[in-house]
Amino acid sequence: MKHTISVLVENEFGVLSRISGLFSGRGFNIESLCVAETLDPTISTMTIVTTGDDMILEQILKQLNKLINVIKVIDFRDTDYVSREMVLVKVNADEKTRAEILRMVEIFRGKIIDVSPRTYTIMITGDEEKLKAFLALVRPLGIKDLVRTGPVAMARGDKTLKTKEKQPKGGNGDG
Amino acid sequence: MKKTGAQILVESLVAEGVDTVFCYPGGATLYITDALGECDIRQIVVRHEQGAVHASDGYARASGKVGVSLVTSGPGATNTVTGIATAYMDSIPLVIFSSQVNTALIGNDAFQEADIVGITRPCTKYNYLVKDVKDLARIIKEAFHIARSGRPGPVLVDIPKDVSANMTDFKYPDKVHIRSYQPTYFGHPGQIQRAMRAIASSKRPVLFTGGGIILSGASQELTKFAEALSIPVTNTLMGLGGFPGNNNLFLGMLGMHGTYAANMAITESDLIIAMGARFDDRATGKTDEFAPHAKVIHIDIDPTSISKNIKVDIPIVGDIKNVLHKMLDILAEEKDLFKGFPESIGEWMKKVAKWKKDFPLTYQKNGGLKPQYVIERIYDLTKGKAIIATEVGQNQMWAAQFYKFLKPRTLLTSGGLGTMGFGFPAAIGAQAAFPKSLVIDIAGDGSIQMNIQELATAVQHRLPVKVVILNNGYLGMVRQWQELFYEKRYTWTSLPCPDFVKVAEAYGAAGYRIDKEKDIDRVLKEAFSNNQPTFVDVPVDPEECVYPMVPAGASLKEMLLV
Repeated sequence: MKHTISVLVENEFGVLSRISGLFSGRGFNIESLCVAETLDPTISTMTIVTTGDDMILEQILKQLNKLINVIKVIDFRDTDYVSREMVLVKVNADEKTRAEILRMVEIFRGKIIDVSPRTYTIMITGDEEKLKAFLALVRPLGIKDLVRTGPVAMARGDKTLKTKEKQPKGGNGDG
Repeated sequence: MKKTGAQILVESLVAEGVDTVFCYPGGATLYITDALGECDIRQIVVRHEQGAVHASDGYARASGKVGVSLVTSGPGATNTVTGIATAYMDSIPLVIFSSQVNTALIGNDAFQEADIVGITRPCTKYNYLVKDVKDLARIIKEAFHIARSGRPGPVLVDIPKDVSANMTDFKYPDKVHIRSYQPTYFGHPGQIQRAMRAIASSKRPVLFTGGGIILSGASQELTKFAEALSIPVTNTLMGLGGFPGNNNLFLGMLGMHGTYAANMAITESDLIIAMGARFDDRATGKTDEFAPHAKVIHIDIDPTSISKNIKVDIPIVGDIKNVLHKMLDILAEEKDLFKGFPESIGEWMKKVAKWKKDFPLTYQKNGGLKPQYVIERIYDLTKGKAIIATEVGQNQMWAAQFYKFLKPRTLLTSGGLGTMGFGFPAAIGAQAAFPKSLVIDIAGDGSIQMNIQELATAVQHRLPVKVVILNNGYLGMVRQWQELFYEKRYTWTSLPCPDFVKVAEAYGAAGYRIDKEKDIDRVLKEAFSNNQPTFVDVPVDPEECVYPMVPAGASLKEMLLV
């Protein structure tokens, strides 16, 4: 079962390796991982797509939370959320197919961002299903190259990735 | 006034109340070494960096304070890894200062350079590379805070040589604030209520407690709670000492080499009350058949320990001492809830008592000198008041079974990682923390040789630790598995050892050998009172095995008995 998790982390060197090390050290899967700065430049968001049953996912969430640099972990399981990914795909394009490709790109609201005598490079954004459908359409033309960003996700509605700090739950913090 | 990084380090250690450090010098430590030379902190120079970390670990386990070690870059740093991993598995608060090559050289494969922050990332609670001397004081403050708070653990601080030489204004911070690190100390009141109701309605409850009791300082509260309700208690290896080993309610250790009563009580229980135990495979046996009839309450400060190996019905995240206080309050305030107690579990108490009586820990008394007997004698002679370190293997299991640990922090043992060579340097560290206490390392002839060089440290610093070597001429625990499961093919496990008496004497320590059972008391008494580091070589029955034994992968009720 696929799960999408967002992790707010301190924007410091070494944090990515702590997260990826956690996944590899404990045998968890990473399907995709996407990292970039947030509104607050001291914080980065990582969007991780992982697989596993409920018990494994529970461990992943807890283990992520336990890392010192992790500010917040958002599990989208119980939330209504939107998720989008971008794909760059370079396909064969000759006189016979160019018009057809252009139409498909338009239908899927993509863009052609580079052109050569024999190829088009197409940029297309969407959720997993849409990308799958588009790639299935262009595959017969011959895909020369393909790069995906991996999805990023956000809760629907007014909910935000509030960067509220982990709350102390009693104690003086000094054990 | 401006100070160098090395001076800042020294003053920060003083500000943290550090009285003893375990260290080994090298090129990259020179500024630090020089600055430490002028302060009052006791500096115990070891003979191998692994020994430094184990010694600081023993110091921390025995005293409850943060253990501190300082080593050089490259090999000095990599030699600490086993020590760090040992402390990490057992949640021991340590701060390890490694030196690093100059910042300008980092990444250039410089002489004695190792990426120790990268290497130790998975076996530290946290680690730092200090890139600017201005960050040093804050990082040290954070390192001590992270090491000792929440679920404790080792923190490594890597200091490049130029950072230790550079100067900046120094003020040690009063407060730490790490926005992404806020451990949970108080358990959820609703969950605690649920747990208390489950306990009140249980018929066959067992308290299953681990090292968390000791780390949290909750031993008295646990004893009070168990006694108030007459609930039997079993400990994991790490939990020994957290509940008095001579208390009537004590079942002994559970697990692979646990007592019959403890393993049967878990198997037949209807309610496991786990506290500060992480359901390690050596404690649970086959997890599918662990406590098949029981609901599980689990109190732990680390949420990742909950429902990791065993599914938990009532989780409580918090510091055990706080949670136990709350539970004791409920006990006092809600008398109705526990009206029927302990009569309602009377049958269970009888059953448990019968297991204890019918299947006590025992051993065959014929043949050569028995290692179990040696440990029984150590217990009697010390009246349970010594600090006992162990190595790993049969010596460790026999010590856990036959020495009754009466108080917390009297057993220093590598439980999680199972590090041979841990006990001796750990004993040295404990002796440094408690110069007047009797500190005994129960060792085997295999594991003592893994850090035997530290005898020079003990002699130099006048730390009169006693090492009782249960010498069977084998790596006994592995040999036992070969005997039972590999048709007695003793490949790699029959290792000749040196004359330990002569080794001790060569180092300037005392050495004794016990050949006959009747000499045990006399020699041990002499060894324990001679005020010198001492090896006692005890040639024991070479093929003695540790029983009971639950074979790997079997369930707890499938015990091989003597």
